[in-house]
Amino acid sequence: MPKKYDTPLLDELEKGPFPSFVTEIKKAAARTEMAAAELGVLERCYREKKTHWKHGGIVGVRGYGGGVIGRYSDVPEDFPEVAHFHTVRINSIAGFFYTSESLRTICDIWDKYGSGLTNLHGSTGDLVLLGTTTDKLEAIFAEYSSRGWDLGGSGSAMRTPSCCVGPARCEWSNIDTLDINYAVTQEFQDEMHRPAFPYKFKFKTVGCAVDCNASIARADCSIIGTWKGNIAVDQAEVANYAKAGMDIQAEIADLCPTQCITYAGGKLAIDDANCSRCMHCIAKMTKALKATGEKGASILIGSKAPFVVGATLSWVIVPFIKMEAPYTEFFALIRKMWEWWDEHGKNRERIGELIIRRGMREFLEYIGVDPVPQQVKEPRRDPFWFWTEDDLNQKPWEAYTK
Amino acid sequence: MEIAELKENMYKLVESAMGKKKLKAGDIKKHYRNEGIAEDQVKEALKELVDEGRLIYTYFGGSYVEIPPK
Repeated sequence: MPKKYDTPLLDELEKGPFPSFVTEIKKAAARTEMAAAELGVLERCYREKKTHWKHGGIVGVRGYGGGVIGRYSDVPEDFPEVAHFHTVRINSIAGFFYTSESLRTICDIWDKYGSGLTNLHGSTGDLVLLGTTTDKLEAIFAEYSSRGWDLGGSGSAMRTPSCCVGPARCEWSNIDTLDINYAVTQEFQDEMHRPAFPYKFKFKTVGCAVDCNASIARADCSIIGTWKGNIAVDQAEVANYAKAGMDIQAEIADLCPTQCITYAGGKLAIDDANCSRCMHCIAKMTKALKATGEKGASILIGSKAPFVVGATLSWVIVPFIKMEAPYTEFFALIRKMWEWWDEHGKNRERIGELIIRRGMREFLEYIGVDPVPQQVKEPRRDPFWFWTEDDLNQKPWEAYTK
Repeated sequence: MEIAELKENMYKLVESAMGKKKLKAGDIKKHYRNEGIAEDQVKEALKELVDEGRLIYTYFGGSYVEIPPK
């Protein structure tokens, strides 16, 4: 029977309307020593207002440089059951579509070798297994890999890519997010398992600008599905929305960020040339509006949580690219970006931070992408592009003033 | 340079840096680039050394390549 710890502070986190991680750990603590001791350490961390976990050191299994995050208690004499409490990251399935059988297999193996605690999913998108010891790592890896699973990314490497459910469940998806996610995973195996970057690099793929995976805020490379054609309008359905009580002027036209929608005489009209494909109107009037024409993706670079220069959102680099297998053009572009980052990036500097430090001009020149208006991140700010005399002799503005 | 020779050279490079500077995989790549050795060869040599367990990846706020403790 696992030892029971008094946890008055943690107990507070069981109150209220939301699911509680404390309640879930307590369930595991009734069965495993590690989960019980984890509660004890956590209560002590809260009581003393400081962490008793250290992390890092020697990680991974043989041949891999990531996938295991070493965690150690700094009070092992008081909590010997969790002296080691390593995290294992399992590369998740695209779109998180698991069968109940596969989840059962994952949990059975984890009950055998670890604390039984899991986190589905970590913020990067990994299936996270919490709490095991160093001597069990190779066995865990052998068991999971023999059933077709692989470790995810960690450290200065490409992290486990993730995506929205895409065309599997969503009619708005402009790209096959699941296939792209799988292709990225397969193409960059070496970059995921053998950390060779200045710091982490994350891919997130979403089918449209609704961005259900928050790729624009959480990925070094955000792949966001978009389209080139017009938005088809079914006026009969527009009338139905109005009849059902929707204030189309206030809720749709007035909230259009580029003000390209007009609603007059019961008819809705869209000036598609000025539409920024934000998806607001389509998401609100699903039966009346639909994207048409060529489908592809916008490629954005550089979002991340605060670290060296604070939180940033991704920046449009390629406004439109066809995203169809085998994705040769996209992979070549990514490799060029990595080359530049490898060459100039400081230790723990994300690619977006490097762009801010050295300039978008240098980045675009290196990767061979021409400057276009869609790359201007914020209107009325200093332009990032400085024309050379040769550039000006070619009159590049003519393409935009015709 | 043959892969076997490069591996020994790389092992010695990491060994000589121990206690002075933690080397990242990128540092190793740049070192050999300056000696005119192709990047693919460097990656292959490092991969083999890690697969053999002679070198390991460690994490101290970033990923490094080191010799495993005895």
